[in-house]
Amino acid sequence: MKFTESWLRELVDVPVSFEELTGQLTMAGLEVESVTSCLPEFSDVIIARVENIEPLTDSSTLKVCVLDAGSVAKLTVVCGAPDVKVGHCYPLARPGATLPGNRSIQITTIQGRVSEGMLCSGRELGLSEDDSGLFELPQDASPGSSLAEYLMLNDVLVEISLTPNRGDCLGMTGLAREVAVLNNLDYSPAKIIPVSNTIADSRPIRIDASNACPRYCGRIIRGIDMNACVPVMISERLRRAGIRSINPVVDLTNYVMLQTGQPMHAFDNDALQGVLHIRQARQDEPVVLLDGSKRNLTENTLVIADDSGAVAMAGIMGGQLSAVNNSSTTIFLESAYFDPQAIMGRARQYGLHTEASHRFERGVDPDMAAVAMERLTQLILSTCKGEPGPVTEVSNTDTLPPIKTVQLRADRVRKLLGSQISDQRISLLLDKLGFGLTQTTTGIWQVQVPSYRFDISLEVDLIEEVARIDGYKNIFGTAPALKMRMSTPDYSRQVIQDISAKLVARGYRESISYSFIDPEIQKYFVTTADKATLLNPISIEMSELRQSLWPGLIQALLYNVNRQQTTVRLFEMGKVYLGKEGTDEVRMIGGIIYGNKHNKQWGILDTSVDLYDIKSDVETIIDGLSLEVTFSKSSDSALHPGQTAEVFSGKTRVGVLGMLHPALIKQFSLNQSVYLFQLELDKISSIKTLKFSKISKYPSIRRDISIVVDEALESSSILNVVKTASSEVLVNLELFDVYRGKGIDLGKKSLALGLTFQRSSSTLTDGEADEVVGNILQSLHKHFGAILRE
Amino acid sequence: MKEISQLIVQASSDIASADNIAALDQVRVSYLGKKGLLTTRLKELGNLSPEERPAAGQLINDAKLKVQDLISARLLALEVIQSEAALKSGEIDITLPGRGQQQGGIHPLTRTLREIEDLFTRIGFEVADGPEIEDNYHNFEALNIPETHPARAMHDTFYLGKDLLLRTHTSNVQIRYMKQHKPPIAIIAPGRVFRCDSDMTHTPMFHQVEGLLIDEGVAFSDLKGLLEDFLRNFFNKDLQVRFRPSYFPFTEPSAEVDIMGKNGWLEVLGCGMVHPNVLKNTGIDSERYTGLAFGMGVERLTMLKYEIDDLRLFFENDLRFLNQF
Repeated sequence: MKFTESWLRELVDVPVSFEELTGQLTMAGLEVESVTSCLPEFSDVIIARVENIEPLTDSSTLKVCVLDAGSVAKLTVVCGAPDVKVGHCYPLARPGATLPGNRSIQITTIQGRVSEGMLCSGRELGLSEDDSGLFELPQDASPGSSLAEYLMLNDVLVEISLTPNRGDCLGMTGLAREVAVLNNLDYSPAKIIPVSNTIADSRPIRIDASNACPRYCGRIIRGIDMNACVPVMISERLRRAGIRSINPVVDLTNYVMLQTGQPMHAFDNDALQGVLHIRQARQDEPVVLLDGSKRNLTENTLVIADDSGAVAMAGIMGGQLSAVNNSSTTIFLESAYFDPQAIMGRARQYGLHTEASHRFERGVDPDMAAVAMERLTQLILSTCKGEPGPVTEVSNTDTLPPIKTVQLRADRVRKLLGSQISDQRISLLLDKLGFGLTQTTTGIWQVQVPSYRFDISLEVDLIEEVARIDGYKNIFGTAPALKMRMSTPDYSRQVIQDISAKLVARGYRESISYSFIDPEIQKYFVTTADKATLLNPISIEMSELRQSLWPGLIQALLYNVNRQQTTVRLFEMGKVYLGKEGTDEVRMIGGIIYGNKHNKQWGILDTSVDLYDIKSDVETIIDGLSLEVTFSKSSDSALHPGQTAEVFSGKTRVGVLGMLHPALIKQFSLNQSVYLFQLELDKISSIKTLKFSKISKYPSIRRDISIVVDEALESSSILNVVKTASSEVLVNLELFDVYRGKGIDLGKKSLALGLTFQRSSSTLTDGEADEVVGNILQSLHKHFGAILRE
Repeated sequence: MKEISQLIVQASSDIASADNIAALDQVRVSYLGKKGLLTTRLKELGNLSPEERPAAGQLINDAKLKVQDLISARLLALEVIQSEAALKSGEIDITLPGRGQQQGGIHPLTRTLREIEDLFTRIGFEVADGPEIEDNYHNFEALNIPETHPARAMHDTFYLGKDLLLRTHTSNVQIRYMKQHKPPIAIIAPGRVFRCDSDMTHTPMFHQVEGLLIDEGVAFSDLKGLLEDFLRNFFNKDLQVRFRPSYFPFTEPSAEVDIMGKNGWLEVLGCGMVHPNVLKNTGIDSERYTGLAFGMGVERLTMLKYEIDDLRLFFENDLRFLNQF
């Protein structure tokens, strides 16, 4: 809602500065969004009336205009505007004038003719975006006077952002009432005296949808002068409110809407046939709207129709065929009350949003329809002349909103707000706001809600009004009292924090990526057909719910590699959305590593990360949790078939890790290997119950052995056999070297194992240790044909 | 025995001039070794008369002790010199940078989320979680936002189906929690939320923390006190805070909270007293219990705290950004 300071002060003369006034509005919940000076960026622009026009040359579109600019001597300007007309008034930038953009006007000579200034368009003056023609001024403009003064530009434009509950402030009347209360003034809007009809013409009105339209007022006015100019004060107020000027009748209709909050519509009466019906649309009923668009309506839409069909979408937009235009002579005015429920969401349904729908959705005072009709009639008569008919009003008292009465308890006010506000102050504030209070017992009132307040139906609504007007600043902060109780800690949060701390210590940065991703990237990582797609995505690249954290991590990697990063370690924790509808939300942790193992530094050779680096990261995550995991060779469409491992806890698959498939590395134009992991958080996040095991006081014995086995043999099976073969005396087992090459046959590899033996109850002898090693070697030979490397 | 005293003089001079431990040992051998000068003298005692032997023996033994002492003292001195030299040669450039794996870091939004969780859990709030894919009922209707309500237009909602959407706020957790628990209730619900809006100041996904406290006698003044406390602790300064009337369908009275920034008031969160309809929808007696609720944008708080000027940085995952946290 936009309005000027002068307009508001004209309605309610508050003795406070502009700054205080805007502060009051904001602190009353009518947030002042912007404040703009109306002062122009031009100087020395005056009003001039065109007295004569002749073409500059026979072929030129330029015209030589002789102007009355207030002084005895006439001025001559050369003007290219197609719409310049004799007898009309326009802004004239005289020589020496400046226009927005530091444009200065000089006397010039155009094809031999002296031009003493320039006639201006709205755009040239910075007053509007319109540069289709000159900024035409009403006939009452007096040549020679200052344009800035004539347009009353010494003013401030205020824009307030109104919350959806405050439809009552979508008109100056409501706003003025609010400001009056805030300043402890009384406010009564100017009385409007009904205009008596001078003709008897009327159009029959029939309401078929009385729930949706409990009240409809109509009036015919004949003999309208559509060439009349609306007073400059009105045209300026409309312009500043951001409402485009159409023709005098439409402009006045809009003006009364700004004034009263009541949207109205003017039909060309000659374009209407027969009885005016207010009814629900028929399915697919067509209507051509004012904006030229053709709509096929649905049955939930309320229309104004005549005998030929729908002529307007009620409360939203009028129709093109019945619109008032410059050749109209008889008009039919509509001022109605539409139930918010009948309008809500309808404009949006057709992709529309209009000044009217905005207001009717929020609720327009049902008592305003008749008042606004009289106000509009007065303005039209004084501007466009005409002969008014009587007002035809159709009201249904059963469907008009009933007068609401709400009980209010002063104690409840104080208790809910935590304030000490007195009974007297509560009743005073509500009374000023237009509520009718009847005290039933001390501190309890029956409160009658004014017809313009659609947002009040509960006691708490009244409490809010009291708090708002009294000021939130008068409620002082207190400490809430909570009964102490110890709740069970959420261990999974603890696990998440522990895991991220571990990864952070290992050089990972946490990334956060969108939950919806590019299907073109997701397809490489997720092969299932069940994917959830947004019906209304921002773009196709953000349309599919992620089923893996990897696409986001890959995108983050690419972003950084493209910015010359050589070492990247990232992890993300978040949900993936599985199943057909994505409703199977699963919390994951995923990571990506790429490039050098370390940042470039002295004393450490650049080596690239490999699978065992990311495996170690995963092992570190798992260590400290209550599960034991195994890694088994696996396959995944996005990973290298020889470097993919699934992580199992018992028989449950908890995650996967591996090297990005070389084809994808090429696809993403990367030049080094990428390693990824992903674990399902809820399958791993339980904290290990720690239990101490006794430290043996007897000495331990260490034996190192090297064995030669087939290249293809997995080391984990060797370690398992060692463990099984060595009973409980094996307290530590290390695989500390893997060797291939000189001395080892092709197709074989040598593994070096460090074995530590110890007993908890007595000293282990060398002989016993040797015996265990013997068993181990025997077992390894039996299982794998392993031989001791000499 | 003038000879002995001369030997001592000679020995002390040899000891003094031994400039390393090996040379000193040579000196020791030459005087005290098996064939050393003093050892030899002791052996020669047999040549003396029994009357002379005790005195001469005493003299030689004294001399041996004396030489031994001199050697020990010299050894100590040489050891000191040697270890000093060794330390000297162990000197390195201590200004060279340390080596090893560089530390990573958590995302600034996670940092903010943890700070918020920490502040509220410290006074007894619990952290609650809920689904990100919601239905109309939990995201809107139960929160007093019927389908055609103009407030729905304030939430540009992503839809997956007719009754399936990405939650537009974490208030859905409120509803689910209230249905499962009886007052007193004190929770915060952090998480991702989604709105179909993308420009300089909006990303289609962002993070919110919703808070809810329901008990007997919870008042608007408590809401003020709680949030003033929170903001001052979160920003760690004595901020100017103001509560401004606003409107949310699920609270009444409702307020926006602003803090005073460098260039004026900055909106940081929305809050209010839980609307009786919301209590009613979740089966809580709205006459007996009252509640306060608040919702804050994690990105906004993070931007204000760290003076980050571009919202989009949060989701680009640029290491030059992440490395700063």
